[in-house]
Amino acid sequence: MPSIRFRLNGVETDVDADPDGSLLDILRGPLGLTGPHFGCGSGECGACHVIIGDRAVASCDTPLWSVANKDVTTIEGLGSAERPHPLQRAFIAEQALQCGYCVSGILMSAAALLMQNPQPTDAEVRSALDRNLCRCGSHNRMVRAVLRAAAEMAPQ
Amino acid sequence: MNQAAPQLPVSLAANPRLSSWVRFSDEGQVTLSPGKVEIGQGIVTALAQIAADELDVDIGRVKMVRASTAGSPNEGVTSGSLSIQQSGRAIRQACAEIRRIFLAAAADRLGVDANALEIDDGMISGPGNVQTSYWELADEISLDRDATLEAAPKAAAKRALAGQSVRRLDIPDKVFARRRFIHDYALPAMLHGRVLRPERSGATLTGLNEDGAHAVAGLVTVVRDGSFAGVVSETEEGAETALRALRKGATWSAREALPDENDLAAFLKAQPVESTIIDTRISSNTSDKLRTIRRQYTRPYIAHASIGPSCAIAQWNGDRLQVWTHSQGVYLLRADLALVLKIPVENITVEHMEGAGCYGHNAADDVALDAVLLAKAAGGRPVRVQWSRADEMTHAPFGAAMAIEIEADLDAQNEIVNWRHSIWSNGHAARPGRAAQPALLAAYELENPFPRMISTNPPQANGGGGDRNSIPLYDFPAWRIESHRLLTMPVRTSALRTLGAQGNVFAIESFLDEIATERGEDPIEFRLRHLRDDRAKDVIRATARRASWKPEKKPGTGYGIGFARYKNTGAYCAVVAEVEGEQDIRVKRLTLAVDVGEAINPDGVINQIEGGAIQATSWVLKERVRFDHEHITSSSWTDYPILRFSEVPQVVVELIQRVEIEPVGAGEAAHGPVTAAIANAVFDCLGVRIRNLPITRDSLIAAMELSS
Repeated sequence: MPSIRFRLNGVETDVDADPDGSLLDILRGPLGLTGPHFGCGSGECGACHVIIGDRAVASCDTPLWSVANKDVTTIEGLGSAERPHPLQRAFIAEQALQCGYCVSGILMSAAALLMQNPQPTDAEVRSALDRNLCRCGSHNRMVRAVLRAAAEMAPQ
Repeated sequence: MNQAAPQLPVSLAANPRLSSWVRFSDEGQVTLSPGKVEIGQGIVTALAQIAADELDVDIGRVKMVRASTAGSPNEGVTSGSLSIQQSGRAIRQACAEIRRIFLAAAADRLGVDANALEIDDGMISGPGNVQTSYWELADEISLDRDATLEAAPKAAAKRALAGQSVRRLDIPDKVFARRRFIHDYALPAMLHGRVLRPERSGATLTGLNEDGAHAVAGLVTVVRDGSFAGVVSETEEGAETALRALRKGATWSAREALPDENDLAAFLKAQPVESTIIDTRISSNTSDKLRTIRRQYTRPYIAHASIGPSCAIAQWNGDRLQVWTHSQGVYLLRADLALVLKIPVENITVEHMEGAGCYGHNAADDVALDAVLLAKAAGGRPVRVQWSRADEMTHAPFGAAMAIEIEADLDAQNEIVNWRHSIWSNGHAARPGRAAQPALLAAYELENPFPRMISTNPPQANGGGGDRNSIPLYDFPAWRIESHRLLTMPVRTSALRTLGAQGNVFAIESFLDEIATERGEDPIEFRLRHLRDDRAKDVIRATARRASWKPEKKPGTGYGIGFARYKNTGAYCAVVAEVEGEQDIRVKRLTLAVDVGEAINPDGVINQIEGGAIQATSWVLKERVRFDHEHITSSSWTDYPILRFSEVPQVVVELIQRVEIEPVGAGEAAHGPVTAAIANAVFDCLGVRIRNLPITRDSLIAAMELSS
């Protein structure tokens, strides 16, 4: 098997795997990162979103070869309980989920948005999250949480 | 007046042993074992609050144990918005008794009167600086004793945590992606399985060439038993690849035809049915009847459509079986597994793990049997099975389609003098563990198959099924409510959030709105005039006030009201919907008021109401299971769209807190009222009554053509 090299959460990573295989399978399988979730397998729900470069992308229908030499960030690389990303703090503060299955993908879409647009409006947040589905109906809380994180990250 | 003798809460009466609920561990923790499970509703936090309050310990000390047949109390199924009511009351009572037992033991040890003792974060202290703790005493106190009702829970005013919006215990794990979902769980030497399901649901597997699957790297085995077939692989991708190969080698027979998706009412009304009179009210005076008006309402089949497909892990050890599942009822699933496998229930342990949001009887139980059957061929290694998106959308049970006909007899003043409500629908429950036959999909596919279960309805005393919320809360002088349950089931149905309540509330509240309009009476005044229950009137008044009812009419905008008390015994909920649009309806704002009695965790209640309101909006504006005569065709998010972020309305929730009234659940209170409020707002906006859900551009055009 050919080896594909990319930066995963800031760490140079080599993977020996079928280059046509899906990035999500590699992340969840051999790389052991179960934050990105399988939802549909065809890029329609956003549960598997990761950031490639500075864009949120569905990892389920992203072939492994396409991330060669790129930066891939998963929810595991966003922050931790010890060093939470402002978005993670804000999602806790707003209690912005119910089941939470979709939330890792939504956090990554939101993080990509804030990289490109640090002070989005309510409508811009909704537009950025439109590719992510939430079935429990926590949308408005999530939008509030993203706006809260943006406010917190704004230069004083 | 005779006062009923106090009784143990139902879950505690069924599981009276105190140690099955609460234990004190050495590390200064309280271990709490409810029989209800976390399905995304935040129940574990509310139950921890109740225990911490009653025991006087910091909530941080309360460790919540996931339900397992290995030792948890058997609380049946986590459904019907009953977890706070059943588990919450049981835990409150059990903890009150445990507190009393410990206070008595502490009084003995410290030589002081129990009444002089206080408990602060588990430390028990009394006059003269004497002190002990739950954990110090735990060794000498056995909780292997039954609840007695000898202790009473604290008065509402003495509870410190109940009524506080304590942050949910599970949320940090979920935003930091710690492995909490069954999907993310891995056991040593775990294999991966996939099951081959027919495109035509219920078709028979007549031929299977396994060669392609056997050629896939990592394949462990192909399993076939009648029409049940699946693969087991060393890797998940391997299992997927092998399944694709197996599908190519499969041939299927035809099956019974599916109904016409565009004329569900005709289909529902033409089937053989079992008819039940749900309720009658006889009036001595219906002679004032001047005319009768009749309306028919329908709702389509609705999919659960969780974001995560169903998943389970199973492992055999000789004739012993361990199952990890996101089922709503571990004991009930165990009972069905025992039926299928023909082994004693004692040989099976079923343990709960969290799954994606659960809104009723989805495929969680089905996939557990899939994993069990595949694991049989895995030589003692654990096998994890996850359904595909398409299988989740086409093979899991759906919420049942409904046709509802209401007739009202009106007098000369257009007052209602008689009311007749008839429902045609499949049953709304075919849950596992309750019948002599299993309710698990693979059980119907085996070489020696079990008969397909036709869904039934729970009795009215348990809230009813298709008839849920069909008995009016309004004081009409006479009525007759009848339910016709289908005895055929070409489309598989079982419990989906609210069962029949969404359809019935939609019908009742739409029809009331129509009659109020006919009378020229404000729809809120009309409802208030027909209600005798002050809590009902209070939620309606609260939402009317909050929504500034009725805002001035603007072109392209409409407002509507909806109200119900869930199951007629649960939470009260009223809502004002604001919609806008001409060809496409957009729900702009939903203003709700809700009364659940004592709200243990107010933000948790509000979160459930918001979520219910948004999900109901999605059902109303978007959702309908699609099929042709052979296939369920809505197998992806493209074919079964749900509401997206940019389409979600603003949701405002006012909570009426009543600490003195026993709490009830909030998860299903909003769906019916929101559905009706949107339909009524659409009429206010466009002058068109939509009586067939969903409310889409097509249904608007159809309704306009009908009314023109």
